[in-house]
Amino acid sequence: MYNLIGAGLIVIGAGIGLGQIGGKAMEGIARQPEATGKIQTAMIIIAALLEGLAFGALFLGK
Amino acid sequence: METLLNDFSPGLFAVVTILLLALIALMVKFAWKPILNSLEERESGIENALAAAENARKEMQNLQADNEKLIKEARAERDAMMKEAREIRDKMIADAKEDAKEVTASLIEKAQASIEHEKQSALAEIKKNVAELSIGIAESVIKKELSSKKDQLELVEGLLKDVTLN
Amino acid sequence: MKIAQKSIKFILIVAVALFTSVNFAAISEKNQDDQNDGGRVNTKEEVEAYILHHIKDSHDFSLFSYTSDEGERKHVGFPLPIILWTSEGLVTFMSSEFHHNDDGHEIVEKGGFKFAKIHSKIYELDKGASEVTFDETHHATNAHKVLDFSITKSVVGVLLIGLLLLFWFSRLARQYKTQKIPTGFARVLEPLVIYVRDEIARPNIGEKHYRRFTGYLLTVFFFIWLLNLAGLTPLGFNVTGQLAVTACLAIFTLVIYSVSGTKGYWMHMIWMPGVPVLIRPVLAIIELAGALLIKPFSLLVRLFANISAGHIVVMSLIAIMFTLKQSLGIVGATGLSLVLSFFITLIEVLVAFLQAYIFTMLSALFIGMAVEDHAEHH
Repeated sequence: MYNLIGAGLIVIGAGIGLGQIGGKAMEGIARQPEATGKIQTAMIIIAALLEGLAFGALFLGK
Repeated sequence: METLLNDFSPGLFAVVTILLLALIALMVKFAWKPILNSLEERESGIENALAAAENARKEMQNLQADNEKLIKEARAERDAMMKEAREIRDKMIADAKEDAKEVTASLIEKAQASIEHEKQSALAEIKKNVAELSIGIAESVIKKELSSKKDQLELVEGLLKDVTLN
Repeated sequence: MKIAQKSIKFILIVAVALFTSVNFAAISEKNQDDQNDGGRVNTKEEVEAYILHHIKDSHDFSLFSYTSDEGERKHVGFPLPIILWTSEGLVTFMSSEFHHNDDGHEIVEKGGFKFAKIHSKIYELDKGASEVTFDETHHATNAHKVLDFSITKSVVGVLLIGLLLLFWFSRLARQYKTQKIPTGFARVLEPLVIYVRDEIARPNIGEKHYRRFTGYLLTVFFFIWLLNLAGLTPLGFNVTGQLAVTACLAIFTLVIYSVSGTKGYWMHMIWMPGVPVLIRPVLAIIELAGALLIKPFSLLVRLFANISAGHIVVMSLIAIMFTLKQSLGIVGATGLSLVLSFFITLIEVLVAFLQAYIFTMLSALFIGMAVEDHAEHH
């Protein structure tokens, strides 16, 4: 039960984080469309780091 | 975490480690090294070709510039030559005119001189003729023994009629 | 001649595709466990158990199983060798001796030892015991795990993909000897190699050092990608969803960036210049934990979790077919499951590439951090 609550909290946090990353990346792309490639790469790397963190937490709780 | 650790199989880990090591070694030896070398070779080849093309282009440009320069020089030379020729021609014409003028002038002079001379000689001739004529007339008049004044005049007049002054 | 070969190849591929897709349907609707209703998976609990069983490694390569008219459970597939390192040496036998039993009731005696397979793990029974006894949490009380070097399904997957990679890329390498531009399938592989080199290795490691690590990064990239894709085929490999495999990959990266780390990199980690001396040990602990634990841990967990989660989601969506049969009817449940699992499979194809890309990318990034010259900052 507590596991599930923890998992929910992790997902909320990760979701907010991913939203921030994605949103800011979109803003960046909108502002500077010529930098799309670089922004996307950086976005994927940061998203991957966040994902690793979230998964780590999820599996620690499992 | 506990279930995860339970799922972890050290045996599989060891086997996969060995296989992966072998795979990396084999791939590096038989695939990546030759592939990357060939790719690099090809890329440097392309780069060289591009550089060569660029050089050729530059050379071409230089050649073209040279050509243009040569043409310009040639044109300038031609212009100079033309100008010179024209000058020479003009000079020649002028000279010729001058010469002609001199020649004509001298010719005219000569002609005038000769005319004058002829005139003088003609006049002299006339004078001589007139004198001879008058002498002739006078002779005939004298010979005829002129009886009357009137006859004398008629005679002079008739004689004068015969004489045409030239 | 060539056309004949090609058409034979094509027919083979179609046959394999048809065969495996039929098998997949068979797998998803039927279960291997011997149960009263012939091993069919009907309830939510059974579905869950089935899925959890199938994301685990397996000791035999089962293609599908079904219940014959006589009510007997039939398994189609082939057994794989089991190699165990027991307390007294090596023991080998074929996995068929367990008769597809997975809950410890089938005892195999070899070399004076008794073995039982419980949840895809092989246990050695204690001396004198003749049957596995379980406590209330379903843990074996009189048996312990042995070191299991078996050629499991994952190992078969690694071998298959490894051989495939070797075959493809050595052929590509050989093509360069005779021609400048590869032809045929190798033409597809070349831009991928260039992509990994120019988009992953070169920008992250740096122009000076990338050459040394490109081989490793390329191998890892194609290894993970193809294994991810193999996991989506009905053959049901879940190699990159095995913690042991991802841990192995992560530790390779860890070893590579630790070994090739420059003096500056280690100095910055252990004795960070430019901060007060008292803080340095604290920073050192954080930095060391980050480099030696958190980085590889995040690498291994990310790959494992993504692929496992993908498999669980795909199988759960397929399971809608029978879990929602009551409420939606057969056609509705099947249609829903088909549509959902189709689209999630498409996403999984993307994830398969993305995870390979991210693993390689982060490996390159970590290596790049380790080999970059720190001197210019001071």
